[in-house]
Amino acid sequence: MTEAAVAPAVTPSPKSGSRRPSGTGSRRRMFLIALGFLAPALVLLGALVVYPIVYTVIRSMFSADGSAFVGFENYATMFTNDSTFTAIRNNIIWVIVAPAACTILGLVFAVLLDKIKWATAFKLIIFMPMAISMLAAGVIFRTIFQESPNLGVVNAAIVATQEAFGGPTAAYPGAEPREDTGIIAEQGSVGSESAVTAGGQQDFALVGVRASELPENAAQAEVAEAPSSDQITGTVFLDVVRGGGGTNGEVEDGKTGLPGVTVDAVTADGSIAASGTTDDSGRYVIEGLGSGDYTVALPASNFQEGAGGVSWLSSAFITGVVILSYIWIWAGFAMVMIASGLSAMDRSLQEAARVDGASEFQVFRRITAPLLAPVITVVFVTLIINVLKIFDLVYVIPPGASKPAANVIAVEMWTVSFGGGNNQGLGSALALLLLLLVLPSMIINVRRFRKERER
Amino acid sequence: MTVSGLTVVKGKKTLAQRILGFFGKGVVNVVLIVVALFWLIPSVGLFLSSLRSVGDNASSGWWTIFLEPAQLTIENYANLLQNDAITGSFFNTIMIAVPTTVAVVLFGSLAGFAFAWIQFPGRDWLLIVVIILLAVPLQVAFIPLAQMFGSIGLFGSVLGVVLFHVAFGLPFAIFLMRNFFMQVPGELLEAARLDGASEWRIFFLVVLPLGTPAIASLAIFQFLWTWNDMLVSLIFTNSQSQPLTVAIQSQLRQFGSNIDVLSAGAFLSMIVPLIVFFAFQRFFVQALLAGSNR
Repeated sequence: MTEAAVAPAVTPSPKSGSRRPSGTGSRRRMFLIALGFLAPALVLLGALVVYPIVYTVIRSMFSADGSAFVGFENYATMFTNDSTFTAIRNNIIWVIVAPAACTILGLVFAVLLDKIKWATAFKLIIFMPMAISMLAAGVIFRTIFQESPNLGVVNAAIVATQEAFGGPTAAYPGAEPREDTGIIAEQGSVGSESAVTAGGQQDFALVGVRASELPENAAQAEVAEAPSSDQITGTVFLDVVRGGGGTNGEVEDGKTGLPGVTVDAVTADGSIAASGTTDDSGRYVIEGLGSGDYTVALPASNFQEGAGGVSWLSSAFITGVVILSYIWIWAGFAMVMIASGLSAMDRSLQEAARVDGASEFQVFRRITAPLLAPVITVVFVTLIINVLKIFDLVYVIPPGASKPAANVIAVEMWTVSFGGGNNQGLGSALALLLLLLVLPSMIINVRRFRKERER
Repeated sequence: MTVSGLTVVKGKKTLAQRILGFFGKGVVNVVLIVVALFWLIPSVGLFLSSLRSVGDNASSGWWTIFLEPAQLTIENYANLLQNDAITGSFFNTIMIAVPTTVAVVLFGSLAGFAFAWIQFPGRDWLLIVVIILLAVPLQVAFIPLAQMFGSIGLFGSVLGVVLFHVAFGLPFAIFLMRNFFMQVPGELLEAARLDGASEWRIFFLVVLPLGTPAIASLAIFQFLWTWNDMLVSLIFTNSQSQPLTVAIQSQLRQFGSNIDVLSAGAFLSMIVPLIVFFAFQRFFVQALLAGSNR
């Protein structure tokens, strides 16, 4: 929640002079009385809000320890420094995604509420996260997005679904390379011992797969076709002849191909250049390779016991997860605001339109939505202001490794000025950037006030 | 704004509407039940985690508790209540949230009354300043106030945090109270003035009692905000004065091994806000609506 949780709408002041007769003596007396009422608030606001703004403006033009005047250098740093730049970029993502998502969800919930009998219960459930701290919400989301499917409920659900639908679970748990056939096991994956040049072949003779565990479509292993110059081909097969016999490492009668195995061509720097998948006879073709040497490897996903979970808290997904937690909290706010707008609405227009044969969607688009526009605007603006200042969730949810990827301006401001950075010049500049970003909403607030006063 | 935020006004429907609605309703009900479950699962999960031992939490998910109810234990809470850092911070949270709420309500009402009913030169300009201050980010005050509090010995004290919260809570409070006081019938004040009552008497004996609903809304809003704050306290408190949120976040570094303190602690920090929320949600909703709906 923010202090200014809601963009304000103003009740106009009474027209001046309508209250009481005003002579100069009385005016002065009223001024003193007013001062008595206003003093505590004005002193606190002046000393703890207005003065700091001025100080921060000046401080932002001084160096880290405040000893030297540096002009706009801190502002230049802000946009060139990697972590600050990530923070600004993430804030942009936040502003684009979070307020819109919350508002749309809130609108949908508010409209659907009308159609159920347990509307009050539903509202309480969706709105409840607004009451708890973002810290608690952060702990909650960090718990449910844990990577291990045994601990995080999201991955548990995904793995359970995959297994129920026979999805890409590991096909050959426990498979191992046959010794002395030119392949070795390494950290769960199996790779070629020596480099393979594009246009070459690499077979994988594996053991440790029980015949009963073989997929039904597994067929007699076949020797792969000769590769063209941009291909690597080969056969992945179970190097066992039923009933014994045969030569180790050779594709022979009685040996079964292993279908559905992923085969990667890995370059010297460890990146995967291209991949292929084996057919029923265990043959694979990796195409589109540039000339050069590759390690051909069967990645660990082919052999791991059960499916692994998605690393939700890794750098790739972290901002998405944090935004999701924000939506969990603030969709309720949007819903309650919009629902109260709906319930205050005179429904006769909608009824008339329905009687005239308008469809439910037309009624919503042509009548309800336009009437709701003011409320929706207020919700949207409030959420934008709120999202710009987002701190707690981003501070709490990402584990250490993905903190840099999740960075936002408010967290960066804390980090550079208090969390070890100790650069209060840059910190002040970042604080001012935040102030600058909410400036448009301040102007909107003031204009609305003046407009309503003129009425 | 008189509409309670959590009731739904039902329009009357035509017969055709009802027949169509009957089939639509089933779908809507199912969709909303699924949504409600999605919204509940996170909190329920945290609560159940807090009722399982560290070992159980490290080896399996909270949902296994439905298969093995024997996992249930209040051990985590028992440990938490014997942890001086946690109980101390719980006490600090109260010492921060209650005085802040009282001060914000009092000073906000006083100023709100002046803006609503006392004519003084520059009133509208001053009000515009308050409106501008509504959206000022907390961040602009961190560095200056850390220095100021440091030089006058308030840094790291509960009083410093309270002052910070009061100052940043005031613009919204003034605004809310002013808008509410504007709706008090002017004749009431005129009558009191004609009887020779001073503005102070009018404020305390006439206006303030009428303002109870607005005060309740403001108080609940401010209390929840201050209770739940982590950012301000993270900067302005030390290990002696830190509130619950800061004490809990310090355990985050070892998330897995501290899950007992984290889950139980987080839930402990939620209990008071949840009670306040469920008891007074009408006022809380009204505080949110206060500015926007007219």
